[in-house]
Amino acid sequence: MGQDLAVDSAPIGTATAGPHAERLSKLVTAQRATVDRDTGLDLYRDMTLGRRFEDKCAEMYYRGKMFGFVHLYNGQEAVSTGVIGAMKRQHDWFCSTYRDHVHALSAGVPAREVMSELFGKETGCSKGRGGSMHLFSKEHHLLGGFAFIAEGIPVALGSAFTSRYKRDALGDASSNAVTAAFFGDGTCNNGQFFECMNMAQLWKLPIIFVVENNKWAIGMAHDRATSDPEIWRKASSFGMAGEEVDGMDVLAVRAAAQRAVERARAGEGPTLLECLTYRFRGHSLADPDELRAEEEKQFWAKRDPLKALERDLTEAGLVNSDELRAIEKDIDSIVQDCVDFALSAPEPDPSELTRYIWAED
Amino acid sequence: MAGTLLFNALREAIDEEMGRDPHVCVMGEDVGHYGGSYKVTKDLAEKYGDLRVLDTPIAENGFTGMAVGAAMTGLRPIVEGMNMGFLLLAFNQISNNMGMLRYTSGGNFTIPTVVRGPGGVGRQLGAEHSQRLEAYFHAVPGIKIVACSTPTNAKGLMKAAIRDNNPVLFFEHVLLYNLTEELPEGDYTCALDQADLVQEGTDVTILTYSRMRHHCLKAVEQLEAEGVSVELIDLISLKPFDMETISRSIRKTNKVIVVEECMKTGGIGAELIALITEQCFDDLDARPVRLSSQDIPTPYNGSLENLTIIQPHQIVEAAQALVNKGI
Ligand SMILES: Cc1ncc(C[n+]2csc(CCOP(=O)(O)OP(=O)(O)O)c2C)c(N)n1
Ligand SMILES: [Mg+2]
Repeated sequence: MGQDLAVDSAPIGTATAGPHAERLSKLVTAQRATVDRDTGLDLYRDMTLGRRFEDKCAEMYYRGKMFGFVHLYNGQEAVSTGVIGAMKRQHDWFCSTYRDHVHALSAGVPAREVMSELFGKETGCSKGRGGSMHLFSKEHHLLGGFAFIAEGIPVALGSAFTSRYKRDALGDASSNAVTAAFFGDGTCNNGQFFECMNMAQLWKLPIIFVVENNKWAIGMAHDRATSDPEIWRKASSFGMAGEEVDGMDVLAVRAAAQRAVERARAGEGPTLLECLTYRFRGHSLADPDELRAEEEKQFWAKRDPLKALERDLTEAGLVNSDELRAIEKDIDSIVQDCVDFALSAPEPDPSELTRYIWAED
Repeated sequence: MAGTLLFNALREAIDEEMGRDPHVCVMGEDVGHYGGSYKVTKDLAEKYGDLRVLDTPIAENGFTGMAVGAAMTGLRPIVEGMNMGFLLLAFNQISNNMGMLRYTSGGNFTIPTVVRGPGGVGRQLGAEHSQRLEAYFHAVPGIKIVACSTPTNAKGLMKAAIRDNNPVLFFEHVLLYNLTEELPEGDYTCALDQADLVQEGTDVTILTYSRMRHHCLKAVEQLEAEGVSVELIDLISLKPFDMETISRSIRKTNKVIVVEECMKTGGIGAELIALITEQCFDDLDARPVRLSSQDIPTPYNGSLENLTIIQPHQIVEAAQALVNKGI
């Protein structure tokens, strides 16, 4: 059960923590993934990398090494790790928003390439031309970092269309790549979301619409922006499979993602997966985060997905906490290494300012 | 009956390219079973199947973005705007993703797409269906813009656009679909970046594109009868402009008139004349002349509509004035 994972959640009443917290508290997790030791460690490693990479970004931003709008992912790690971990890297496709660092890392883009991109360096995954909100990697099947709300959804739909086209129009029976499109609760009020849900179900495209419902769209509370806050229910108007899941529980997300991937690979079409989650930081590093209630923040902080996984893995006797501390040390050196690498990496060559406009150049 | 209608020339181009490369596909409203609102994709769904000629719901933003994602992952989609004006709803996808994504991705992805469809002022279609979007899209980096004007160039340009690895906005004109012409034999393409020197002359250069080419031809006939020798150039490529052909002509005639159907403010001519001023200033004997549509929504009423766009007699008058002034 999702809510059972919370570490002594008693003192904070869900009423003061708000409707989103209330939803999570009432949520009954249908099924959690069972994992072996190696997978458990992989999940922990991926989530830790996401968390510590973002913490380092905050530090670098405040030290003036990184510029522009930077949106961190702290708190939502179970979604990226749970979904992408249930898919095949460099085979399936991933599509993100401006909050894209951790999706890129989960997809396998090396931390050095992501950090270099944030520093605007030539060694960045977008060669310093994209920045925080425009991470791309063809090699790692990352369709992008899309900075405008909802615009990535149709692009993800296109990659799902290609999978089906290759199978049914080009006769490639092995074409079974699934596309995961990640986006937020606020994005679900945009037309592109509805247009694409319709087309995906109509053509049974292999796509998973992953909603990371963190209750807020900058300063707009979800229940103030939408007529029915239960986003997963919108799937039924399209005849599509829809599911809500505890987005702070990586094993619950993983199980739901596995079901969705299986459906998609079998040609049974898309899934709308609403993950109830929360961001532990402001909307971006420029956001003073003054609007969200302390009780609400505390409610979710107690459901930190890394702590929950640690408890799961240790209680199941799969790992001991020393091993997890060792992973953290390991990750810290990876993160330090990627900063060092990015700091000393070359700037883009000014003579290449206008390169990459045309396909031939 | 000899000759091929322009819409059939486009259809032949798409058909041939779909036959040549199975990654080429078409998507848009009514492109499949209905055959396209101007029959440019007639019978292709039957020939290639519903997936390769995909009838989409009326969701311009959605299916244009879908084409971008499909192109990023290996397909070569042709998107039909049932009317180019409807693609205003897809402006974001065309600009942010078709146009800019290759750059922002640092060269990770290419977006081989063609966005095509009918535009221009037709016969009393009202303001919204009479739009010329080429100028709206002109500032978007990373897209090529072409306008066809004859069956021959329609076919050759369409084939080249489909083979090009960049996004191409391909403008057709509602009033030109029924032009007929004998097409060249076999597999030919027309360069996307080359203007068409329609007719050589010595007194004045007229630069135009799309349907206005035919208005200019009428004007040229009269001007020739009056002894004015006109060099007529169909721009074909609206982005980038073929400045080589244009400046060569201006060096010869020293006078230039731009005739366009888009609105004057922020139009194609505005950009073109700015470039001419920068690059050909010393070759000009007179100020450049710009003949554009009025800066108004196209009115429904037939005579008001005629007054909104340039008519052949205005081209004649402008050329006479420019040549006679002979500053
Ligand atoms: C088309 C568009 N409109 C507005 C914005 C500004 N904006 C950036 S993030 C955001 C809120 C999005 O909220 P949500 O979808 O819940 O995602 P989250 O930031 O919570 O991950 C807004 C309004 C934008 N980037 N794009
Ligand atoms: Mg949100």
